[in-house]
Amino acid sequence: MAISDVFQLLLIGLSQGCGYALVAIGFVFIYRATEVVNFAHGEIMMFGAFVVLTFAEFWGLGFWLGAALGLMTMAAMGYLLDMLVMRRMIGESQASIFILTVAIGLILKALAGMIWGFSPQIMNSPFQGQLSLGGIVIGTDRLAIMVGTVVVCVLLWAFFSKTRVGLAMQAASQNQLAAYYSRVPVRRLVSVIWAIAALVAAFAGVLMAPITQIDTEMSLFGIKAIAGAVVGGFGSIPGALIGCLIIGVSEPFLDYLYPPLKGVYAYIILLAVLFVRPEGLIPQTYQKKV
Amino acid sequence: MSALLSTRNVETWYGPIMAIGGVSIDVPEGAIVCVLGANGAGKTTLLKTISGAIDCRKGQVIFRGKEVQNRNPDAVAACGIAHVPEGREVFPFMSVEENLIVGAWGRADKDAVARDMEAVYAYFPDLASKRRDMAGFLSGGQQQMLAIGRGLMGNAALMILDEPSLGLSPLLTQQIFAIVKRINRERGITILLVEQNAVAALDLADHGYVMEVGRIVMDAPTAELRESDDIREFYLGKSDEGIRGEKRWKKRKTWR
Ligand SMILES: Nc1ncnc2c1ncn2[C@@H]1O[C@H](COP(=O)(O)OP(=O)(O)OP(=O)(O)O)[C@@H](O)[C@H]1O
Ligand SMILES: [Mg+2]
Repeated sequence: MAISDVFQLLLIGLSQGCGYALVAIGFVFIYRATEVVNFAHGEIMMFGAFVVLTFAEFWGLGFWLGAALGLMTMAAMGYLLDMLVMRRMIGESQASIFILTVAIGLILKALAGMIWGFSPQIMNSPFQGQLSLGGIVIGTDRLAIMVGTVVVCVLLWAFFSKTRVGLAMQAASQNQLAAYYSRVPVRRLVSVIWAIAALVAAFAGVLMAPITQIDTEMSLFGIKAIAGAVVGGFGSIPGALIGCLIIGVSEPFLDYLYPPLKGVYAYIILLAVLFVRPEGLIPQTYQKKV
Repeated sequence: MSALLSTRNVETWYGPIMAIGGVSIDVPEGAIVCVLGANGAGKTTLLKTISGAIDCRKGQVIFRGKEVQNRNPDAVAACGIAHVPEGREVFPFMSVEENLIVGAWGRADKDAVARDMEAVYAYFPDLASKRRDMAGFLSGGQQQMLAIGRGLMGNAALMILDEPSLGLSPLLTQQIFAIVKRINRERGITILLVEQNAVAALDLADHGYVMEVGRIVMDAPTAELRESDDIREFYLGKSDEGIRGEKRWKKRKTWR
């Protein structure tokens, strides 16, 4: 394996990991705010890709306008999903909420199949060229994912730590009742968190579309993103980012080294980490003073 | 009635269990009112019912002449009630300053918010030196101060304090109670205080209620409650019949 091959695989792995991370971020936001483990998040990403495809290709609005409208639509969908469905589940058992999110995922998948069919579709994106840097060739589609992920992370970080609304969302995630007592409209903000999570997932779907093509199976991506979040330490954003990058980078190398297990390495890493460090790599805990 | 807050025959249930029933209290504007009671008497339940965290099955909660029972807690808070809950509930992964910023949610008067923040730091100098520290890593006493400070940031007319002395040293309790008194006197904020530390609470408050198994069993000015045999026996932990009020008062001061 030449050194340039190593770099090549590294870049592919990093971009893949960034894709997982974008899905995992929303997943962790929702978990932190509501303790709901949203198993439908991969399906939301897939659905988002189809919605953008519809605007961009079928309605002929082009990539940029289509993506903007599609992401807005998905944000609205995330908001409504919480307002109309998830909010009613407050106080229900974890098991029924788990089953509900799985069911929502299945419904989204079936719906997408009904509307757009089950065969893969191609979206024309401006990121279809290649860039060659000192012998290492990288597709602009992969570059776009990495840049997009960094931009999203910086924007989200700025939003959550620098704006009043963002701080209030953090507060609502950390101590819901105390946030209520501070006048924070917790319900509405939780719905906004669902909107943000769905928007970011759809963004991942758009960026991954040139690489994977768009089909209902795209939603499997979500499972690997969840694996990444668990590896990093469930509920921690830096943990989820690192966990997803670890999985993304390991996959191409392991696939290369031992191809028969291609596709299941994410889960092997997940099991290995859980075995050695069940709390994940960067758990977010603190000691409550008694 | 010129009470800022009143409850009228409030009855609250947890599933099949009635936690409080027929509770009527009045909190006059500008006063400090305390509710005493043993563990499980229903004090926290009463406060949560007032601030909308639990719905009541019967009765009314009247704040500034308007019925506010069974609204969402954020809506009740927006009416001007700041509930500082039991157990030093802070936002653990946010800094002290950020906790206070969230406390000012819904206020548009930026300058006043900045002034109030400085006022909080002036009341609690311990917090001022820890502005950037994560709230989860503060000491228990500092977390209690932060919870009270966050309540102040809302610029509420009524502050509800649920056992602020819980788990604090006697000295710290004394300090915090002194500041509660200052908050009441200097800022004109009405205080409704729930306590098990009857000594400190009776000292601070103007009027007191005693709760037992979900009902109000006593209702009197604190001066009167301090003299009541039941209170002295069960809450102040003494049955010193021979000592007259004046003397007992002095004696208590010595061990406090
Ligand atoms: N979430 C709940 N579910 C069921 N029962 C509850 C719940 N919270 C409180 N109770 C019951 O309601 C009664 C009153 O509880 P509450 O917390 O109001 O008491 P308290 O006076 O605040 O006690 P403490 O001084 O220990 O804080 C108790 O018998 C308690 O067991
Ligand atoms: Mg209590």
